[in-house]
Order: sequence, then structure tokens, then C-alpha cells
Amino acid sequence: MKFFSLVFGLLLSFQLQAQQCDFKISGVVKDFHDGNVLPNSTLSINGYDIYALSDLDGKYELSGLCKGTYVVTITHPECEVAQFTVEVTDNVQRDFKLEHHTEALNAVTVQGENTNRGTVSGTQTRLESGVLENYSNASLGDALREVAGVSSLNTGSTVVKPVIQGLHSSRVLIINNGTRMEDQEWGVEHAPNLDINAAENVTVVKGASALRYGGDAVGGVIVTNAPKAPAKDTLYGKTILSGATNGRSLGVTTSLLKAFESGFYVQGQGTTKYAGDLESPDYVLSNTGLREHDFSIGFGLNKFTYGFDAYYSFYNSEIGILRASHIGNLSDLIRAINSGAPNYVRDFTYDINAPKQDVSHHLAKINFYKRFEKAGKLSLDYSYQQNNRKEFDIRRGDDRDQASLDLQLTTHTLASNFLYDAASNLKANFGVEASYQENFPNPNTGIRRLIPDYEMYTAGAYATADLDISPKWRIDGGFRYDFMQIDAQKYYLTSSWENRGYESEFGDLVVQRLDNQLLVNPVFDYHNFSGTLGARYRIKSNWDLKLNLSSASRAPNPAELFSDGLHHSAAIIELGDLRLDQEQSYKASLELNGQTGGLTFGINPFYNHISDFIIMEPNGLQYTNRGAFPVYQYGQVDARLFGVDVRANYTFDANFNLQTVFAYVNGQDLDRNRPLIDMPAPNINTTFGFRKAEWNNLNIGLRNQTVLEQTRFPNNDFEVTYINDSGEQTTETVAVSQPPSGYSLFHLTSSVDFDVFKQSTLTLGFFVDNILNTAYRDYLNRQRYFTDDLGRNFRIQLKLNY
Amino acid sequence: MKNIKFIALALLTTITLASCSSDDDTTPEVINEEEVITTITLTLVPETGETVTLESRDLDGEGPNEPVITISGPLQAGMLYDGSITLENETESPAELINEEIEEEADEHQFFYQAASGVNATFAYADTENDYMNNGVANPVGLEFTLQAGTASSGTITVTLRHQPAKDAAGVSAGEIANAAGETDVQESFDIVIE
Repeated sequence: MKFFSLVFGLLLSFQLQAQQCDFKISGVVKDFHDGNVLPNSTLSINGYDIYALSDLDGKYELSGLCKGTYVVTITHPECEVAQFTVEVTDNVQRDFKLEHHTEALNAVTVQGENTNRGTVSGTQTRLESGVLENYSNASLGDALREVAGVSSLNTGSTVVKPVIQGLHSSRVLIINNGTRMEDQEWGVEHAPNLDINAAENVTVVKGASALRYGGDAVGGVIVTNAPKAPAKDTLYGKTILSGATNGRSLGVTTSLLKAFESGFYVQGQGTTKYAGDLESPDYVLSNTGLREHDFSIGFGLNKFTYGFDAYYSFYNSEIGILRASHIGNLSDLIRAINSGAPNYVRDFTYDINAPKQDVSHHLAKINFYKRFEKAGKLSLDYSYQQNNRKEFDIRRGDDRDQASLDLQLTTHTLASNFLYDAASNLKANFGVEASYQENFPNPNTGIRRLIPDYEMYTAGAYATADLDISPKWRIDGGFRYDFMQIDAQKYYLTSSWENRGYESEFGDLVVQRLDNQLLVNPVFDYHNFSGTLGARYRIKSNWDLKLNLSSASRAPNPAELFSDGLHHSAAIIELGDLRLDQEQSYKASLELNGQTGGLTFGINPFYNHISDFIIMEPNGLQYTNRGAFPVYQYGQVDARLFGVDVRANYTFDANFNLQTVFAYVNGQDLDRNRPLIDMPAPNINTTFGFRKAEWNNLNIGLRNQTVLEQTRFPNNDFEVTYINDSGEQTTETVAVSQPPSGYSLFHLTSSVDFDVFKQSTLTLGFFVDNILNTAYRDYLNRQRYFTDDLGRNFRIQLKLNY
Repeated sequence: MKNIKFIALALLTTITLASCSSDDDTTPEVINEEEVITTITLTLVPETGETVTLESRDLDGEGPNEPVITISGPLQAGMLYDGSITLENETESPAELINEEIEEEADEHQFFYQAASGVNATFAYADTENDYMNNGVANPVGLEFTLQAGTASSGTITVTLRHQPAKDAAGVSAGEIANAAGETDVQESFDIVIE
């Protein structure tokens, strides 16, 4: 047997030797995008000692080849390593095309080229995973406060909505992995329904310049990106375990990604959080526990010329709402404001009872792309979202376990984008987008629907471009048109319909008249135009100046149009207005970034004029058998906001640095010449940092967070005659307007790295929030009437990268 | 490769089809608020003489119309009245008697009665949780009460219903509202005259 093998082997080798081996492969190496030749590319035949270098014309020749199939590897300093299979039966003429934008592509990936990078001239900031990981057990809104000019509008500490340069809710778009979140973002107590741990990085664009994502970003755009898979055989992941003393919480998040050289990848990620009642310095904040369970899975293929991604994510959170903030009528509110402490405090518990929110969000999406030579990349994107929000109040009888609000919002979006990048100095995007949305408020709540049944159709188209006009100047601009139609079926109380004067104006919309309610079918169309124009000037290395002008147009959201009734947990009557039109913003922003010595800094002043700005403000009282309720009504005014965001970082030496971030915004109602409500107070955050790589990469940061008192606020105080605790009719002014005093807190962050196992790193983090256990209240926290904010919190975090 | 494309396409189709099965074009059903209290009636039965009723009716609930208050007549000076309260939801037909729910959850509810602005009257509770729930708890509920009218005077009497009050807090079982906390489900005042 052995003998035969040997003979066969010899024969074979003889045969090979006798084969003709003077074939060659020759051709030109070119840039895929613009067709330019690529000199200095190294070409090699895998498994053979045959090399070639492309000349100045991109030409190469690989010679001395036998008949057979070979794999040619091509490397170029600025390119992706590429491999091509070539069959040789004769001399082969073959041109190779390389992807020539590796650096811009994050070095290792060809997935979705930087669409998610925002704009050239617009002001934007990006948070990387290192920062996001510190907030693993918190929320997106908490992490974004790291960005100058971003604050948050809170309901307690667990419902955190980002505020960009004074604007929030429907004015801030959240783009989750390429899809615009449709998660009932209109409500101030509706936090974004996404898991911060699913994001590899988050970009904040302040203003409307990122037109691709929508034309209605009056405030800005927040873009989260999932981790990108490299095109190589690898398996990696991380697990973060977090614990905190305040709320006695535990959180775990873990992610795993498997990628193949073929470009195929599979990834998965999951998070779970479990927390009990939080505590202020002096008392337990009863019923502020949290449960959160999220996961996402994805797979796809990232070839250079084509590929696809499929992604599904699920988010579920159950959030307790401070029991003491749930009030029955205006007398209860006055009692709360006057007492200065919550009227319901129990011992710590993990239990969550009503009032609470239970929110789920499903996002499924699929994306295909194909690149075309000397043109660019075409992508097609379909996404499906379903958001279910249940809010539970303290109820009576058969309804006690029934949600008071139960909305199911379903959205389908189809979008297509073509990126033109064949010219090295010009990039352009053209796209169209259409969506269908349906809202179904479950009638089983037994409470009249705050947001009605509606169907909404949108269609939009945009074109944006950025162009190098000289080595120093780069300009960008774009235009977008959006059409929106909303078709609602809404029941109004007859008394309310008449009281609002709707009968004469909208009487023909009434479909059905019942005893004391009537069914109305408003169908409203909106045409929105938005645009942006800007330039970036490179003064010198590390110094640049950006100027951006943008205009955004936002149609009124369903809450602004249709709200009509008691918002139970807040004990206010909210009235929308069918007469509302879209609001249009005109924003100018300037940004100067520079570096001199150890100092790097950025200054970003802005001015934003908003015509027909939609606001909600108090408008009298309504009396019922439950007592009096303040009425808040939506209206429109012309407004302007201006302000400045400043950040500076001074590096003393390799170990010490000092960083300061300051933000100021000034909002004014131009119609009545008075300040706008809920504008973030001037704030300054200063971090003194120490890092020593030799000591297990030790990082220590001491941060001071100072928020000044907001002195600019509209006086919305109102006088009310109510029944006090003695049963007497009392007339009193309800001080709802006065912002709380300023405050200053200190926080500590620290971490060390350890190498464990073979290729893994363990990072141990220790944090203390509010070190001095300072009692404070924040103007942008809706629970400031009822309770102090959070007290001291020790947190520990274990992160394992593998 | 073909397989992957096929799987992706199949996934897309499934998602699309699954999500299109909505109940379009149907008229949403009307919701009559189940918990709204449109009508509060205090019935005061004297030992002798005419029964007095105090009623507050607000048929549009949280709508803009104010409650309509009807008082059948004056109280007699020095008279002891047996009082009871009924809460109804008249947006439903027939009207729903909300007292039943209060009785079932007597431990989570308490009425408070207060005389003020110069009217000479005192209230006392005439029921306990145990009457409704058989739970052996003697805390008052206030569905039944007594009113002792004093000398001739006029002023207001106020009824307040608190949900989840702190029944054990100081003075609460004696009808003092100051420490009762909880949230207000009913609060209405009636102008009365004692002759």
C-alpha cells in the first residue's frame, strides 16, 4: 500500500514538473470608486513565493505560474486587503479594483459606509463605547449628558429624555441602528425605548443638518450604531456586570459577535436590569424600582460590492413612578408643593406597584446594499416597529389592575438611499422614504383615549452633498421634502367640542353624534420643507471653523393635535388643538475647534428662530366632582433660542488632565416677550482626571457638576380657590413656575484593567455619584414638586472583554 | 449565498405579512369612563321632619362644564341627622353605583366631612371597614355618618374621598384630613343654611 502511494506520488510530482509553468497574470490595480490607478500595491500569490508591485500606472505582472487556480492577495497602504481568485489556463489579463477608503470605513469593515456620521458643517459630538459602558446600568439620556449642550428632561431618575440645546421630545429624532425610533416620543414622560448597551457609539447632531434622517429635527438627531463586524474570522464579546447601592440594583449585559472572512457575521446582545426603590439623601423614593430586559440579534453579509444586514431588537421596561407624585386634584398638588416632602414614604422594596409604566418595543429591519463601479452605493432598507406602552394608575374596583393608557403603535418604513462617491472631492446622497403608521389605543382601559386611533402616511425625498472646494474649504448642503397625512378617529366630549369652538370650524368632520360624545374623523395633510447649507474651513492643523444654516419643519404630533382630557397621573387636563400648523425652525450655528499646547477647546454658539413653535401652557382651571384641575393647552408662538456650548481640555502631562464643559441656552417667547418654559439652566461640568497606564491602566476622575438656578422662566403661577385641610375655601397662588435653587455635586469615577485568561481584559470600575449626599432638585425634573433628587450612590462595574 | 438571500427575503416577507393583519377601517368603540363620578348625593335623614339632600352632578366628568349643585332645603337647628352618601356614574346606562366598589375596598377609602365658613355642625362616622369587609378593622369609611346641626348659621360643608389614605396617621380615624395623604377621588362643597 505504502509502495503504491509512493509511486503515485512520484508520478504526480513528475507530472507537475513536466507542466508548463510560464504563464502570467497582468493588469492594472484601480480604485473601485473613481477608477483611479493605484500605484504601489503589493500583489502576492497565496502559497507561492511570487510577488509583484504595481507601478505608477497601476500596472502589475505576476509571472511563473502554472495552470491552475490561484488566490491573489493585494495590499495597499490606504486600502482594504483584498483577495481574488484567478483561474490560469493561459496568460491572464485581469484588472483588480480595490476599496480605497479604508480609513473612513473604520479600518476593518465595509458595512454601511459612514452614513451614520452626520454632517460636515453641522455641530456634532460622538460618544464611543468607552463612555457608554460607564452608563451600562443607566439610560441613553444619562449618557448623553456627557455632551456639551445636551441635558435631560426627567420624570424621576429612570425616565430620562434627552434635551438638545433646549429642545426635546418630537423635536429630537433618535435613529437606532439606521431606523428612526417611533416610540411615542411625543410625551415628556416617555423615555427613548432602546438599550444603551446595544450601541457601539452614539452621535449627537445639534440641529437639522443631518437631513437624511428626517426633516423635522428642530432640536437635533441622536444616532446610535450597532457594532460593525470585521471581515475576518473572529469571535469576540464582552460582559458587563454592574451593581449600585442606591436602588440596590444589579445589571448584566453581554454581547457576542462571530465574523467570518467571507464577510458573514452573526451577533447577539442581551441586557437585564433589576432595581428597587431609589433613595434621596433623606428618604426613600417609594415605588421607583425598575426592570428592564432587552436583547438584539443580527446577521448579515458584508462584501465590498454587496451585502445585507438583518436585525431584530426587543426592549422591555417596567418603571415604577414615584407614588407620592401621583395626585388626585389640584388640592393634592398644592399640599405637595407646600409640604416640601413626599407624602408617601415606605421602607425600601424591590416591588413595583401602580403608578408605573410597562413599555415594549420591537424593531425588525433588513437592509441590502450594492455598490456600483464609478458611481457609489445603493441601499434599501425596510423596518418594522411595534411600540406598546401601558401606563398604570391607582385605580378602583374591577379596573384596578387594568392599564389607564394602553397604546400600540406600529410603523413600517421603507427607505432607499444612493450614495455617490466616485469623485474624490464630492459625496452626495439621494434618497426616498415612505412610512405607514397605525396607532391603536386599547379600549379596555375604560378611560377615554388621550391619543386617538389614527393612521399616518409619510413620504419624503432628499438630496444632500458635500464638496471640497479647496484643501481648506469643504461645503455641504441639502434639501428635503416630506409629506405627511394623518387620518384619525377621535371621540370628543360634546361639551369639550363645543367649548373649544370646533363645531363651526370642523363640524363637517363629525361622523357620529352620541349622547355626550361625538366621533370625529379629521384627515390632515402637511407639506414640510427643510434644508441645510454650511461650510468647514481648516484654519490650520487641528484648527477648524464650521458654519451651518439649517431649517427644519415639523408637523404637529398626535398629542399636540388630539389630546383632550385628564392626564391622570399628572392631574392636569391636556388640550390639543386641531388648528395647529407645522412649526419651522431657522438655525445658525458656528463652531470653532482648536488646539494650542496642551489645550484643546471647542466653542459652539447658536441661534435658533422657530416660527409657530408649539408649546403647552396653563390656561385656566376646570372644576369637577374631584375638585379643580389646571388646564394645559397647546398653542403656537414665535420663539427664539440662542446659547453657547463650550468645552475645553487641558493636558498637564501624561498623567493629569482637566476638562470643562459649559452650556447656556436662552429661550424667549417672542409673541409675549417672556422666557420659554423648561429651558435647561446654565451648567458647568469639570473633571479632573488622572491616568497611569503602567498601573494597570488606572483611571481616576473627580467630577464637579454645577447647575445654576434658572432665572429665566415664564410666570405660569395661577390663583385658585380650593378647599384646604380645614375644609375652608382658600384662595392661593399655585407656585408651579419657580425653578428650584442651583446645586453643585461631586462624583468620582475610577477603573483599572487586568489581563485575565489568554486574550481577555477585565476592567474593574468603581464610581461614587453625589459623594457629599447633597439634597437637590432639578428644574427639568417633573417630580421636583414632590421630592428631592437622588442621594449618594456607590457603583461597581466589572467588564470582561474576550 | 443564494440561500442567505432566500432566507433574508423569506424573513422580510414574513414580517411584512404578519404586520399587515391589522383591523383597519373599523370604527373605534366609544369609551364611557368607568371610574368617573358624575353624581354625589348626600342624604340627611332627621329624627323628625324633612329629609335633606345635597347633590352635585357633573355629567361631562372632566369636560369643561362645571358640576351643578342642588340643595333640597335648610337643616333644622339642633337636629341630629343620619347621613349617607351615594356616588354614581351616570354616563353609563343604567347608572353605575360606585358605592359597591368603595365597600369592596373599604380599607383603601375614607370620606372626610368638614363644616366650615361659620356653619355650626359636627360630623361623626357611623360605619367601619368591618361592616363591609368583615376584616375586624374598626377604621371608619364614611359611607354612613351622622350630622349634628348646631345653632342657626350658614356656611359650607365639604366632602372629600381619599383613595389609599394613611388611615393610621394621627387624627385620621377621627375625621381629620390633615395627615390623611393618599389622593383625592372626590371633593365637593355645598353651601348650607341651618335655621
